[in-house]
Amino acid sequence: MPSERLAKRIIACLDVDAGRVVKGVQFQQLRYAGDPAELALAHASAGADEIVLLDITATAEARKTLVETVRRAAKDLFVPFTVGGGVRTLEDAARIFDAGADKVSINSAALANPALIAEIAGRFGSQAVIVAIDARRGAEPVETAEVFVSGGRTATGKKALQWAREAEERGAGEILLTSMDRDGTGAGFDCELTSVIASSVSIPVIASGGAGNAQHFVEVFSAGRADAALAASIFHFGTHAVADLKQTLLRAGIPMRWPC
Amino acid sequence: MIAIVDYGAGNINSVKKALEHLGADAQGTSDPAVIAAAEKIIMPGVGHFSRCQLLNEQLRIPVLSAIKSRKPFLGICVGMQWLFDGSTEAPGTPGAALFSGECSRFPASVKSPHVGWNQLEVRAGSLLLKGVKSGAFVYYTHSYRAPVIDETTACTNYGGAFSAAVERGNIFGVQFHPEKSAEAGLKILENFCAL
Repeated sequence: MPSERLAKRIIACLDVDAGRVVKGVQFQQLRYAGDPAELALAHASAGADEIVLLDITATAEARKTLVETVRRAAKDLFVPFTVGGGVRTLEDAARIFDAGADKVSINSAALANPALIAEIAGRFGSQAVIVAIDARRGAEPVETAEVFVSGGRTATGKKALQWAREAEERGAGEILLTSMDRDGTGAGFDCELTSVIASSVSIPVIASGGAGNAQHFVEVFSAGRADAALAASIFHFGTHAVADLKQTLLRAGIPMRWPC
Repeated sequence: MIAIVDYGAGNINSVKKALEHLGADAQGTSDPAVIAAAEKIIMPGVGHFSRCQLLNEQLRIPVLSAIKSRKPFLGICVGMQWLFDGSTEAPGTPGAALFSGECSRFPASVKSPHVGWNQLEVRAGSLLLKGVKSGAFVYYTHSYRAPVIDETTACTNYGGAFSAAVERGNIFGVQFHPEKSAEAGLKILENFCAL
């Protein structure tokens, strides 16, 4: 029998604004480097276990392109595909699933209306609902980490730990935990925060925010007890980045889907 | 035409998309006449086993008669669990009892749900898994699993061994999601289309 080891997942995130991927992208074989559909496929063939498309479009007008973008990106993608950023209602979620997504990630809409978690899970299954939590704690203990919305600008008064547990009880299938303290720093994931939350819920926790090198992934999968780790810019240095990362993780004894 | 049975247990789009990618003619349906006219049948399903109640009430007879007429049938996830006697998740909801055994929850020693990529141990001789190597990774998302039985063609180990795939004659079931399992998954769907 194969050893009893569920692989840890490496998730590539595409930040999309008005239908274009915005973070620095250097897949040299692509004709049009900002195209989410081409990039989703490129990341999947490079070995990413899962793709997340995060719509960061600021205006409602430009956001109308999201469903079409999702449809194009999903067309030839045969790994799990999550869409976040544009989902505020059950109807929004239904449109995203209809366009070919497997999961939706909800953040501020779930905080404003926690019943939305159960509504989407009731119709599409818990496995289709990821609750994204943006948490900030500065130098304070993990228990004090607070949930923020609007890209980290607005405090909600909710504690990340309690909100993660509540999201699970309401039917979330996974938690996407972003450390606002680490996001964009490249200084490594907040392993302490990730570990406390991963130990407090039974659903998988995806760590996000702070990935700068392969060692950071080793740490978040061991000390951080994360089930999956998500990053954007670290994967944009070339097509071999995911494969190299997985090799490093395998050498460190972390179970990975390999070859992929 | 391949009928994808839609009984309200989640999203059938991903399965349809994968079949279309392989060049198959697939149609999502809850119409007994379409199921009767199909050459092959795929029954996906996610979520709670009690969703099979609706299936039992409305589509059990057409689906079972299609299986009896030897049309290739593939159950995916809860669609595979339905092929067994039932599940402890919903004791009042019977399965099709085409394979014997009851589905049950993972033991408390492992995190549940089981979400992500895990490995197959493939037994020789499966038509559905032809060309899929032991050790191949496939994508799972579930909290209940079927026991290992004589008709098991692949196992996965998570809180002990469970049936990843079962097969007997024209009846096939997979607990994982072939439509989300990259090359290995597409190979399995291709094998089904070629039956």
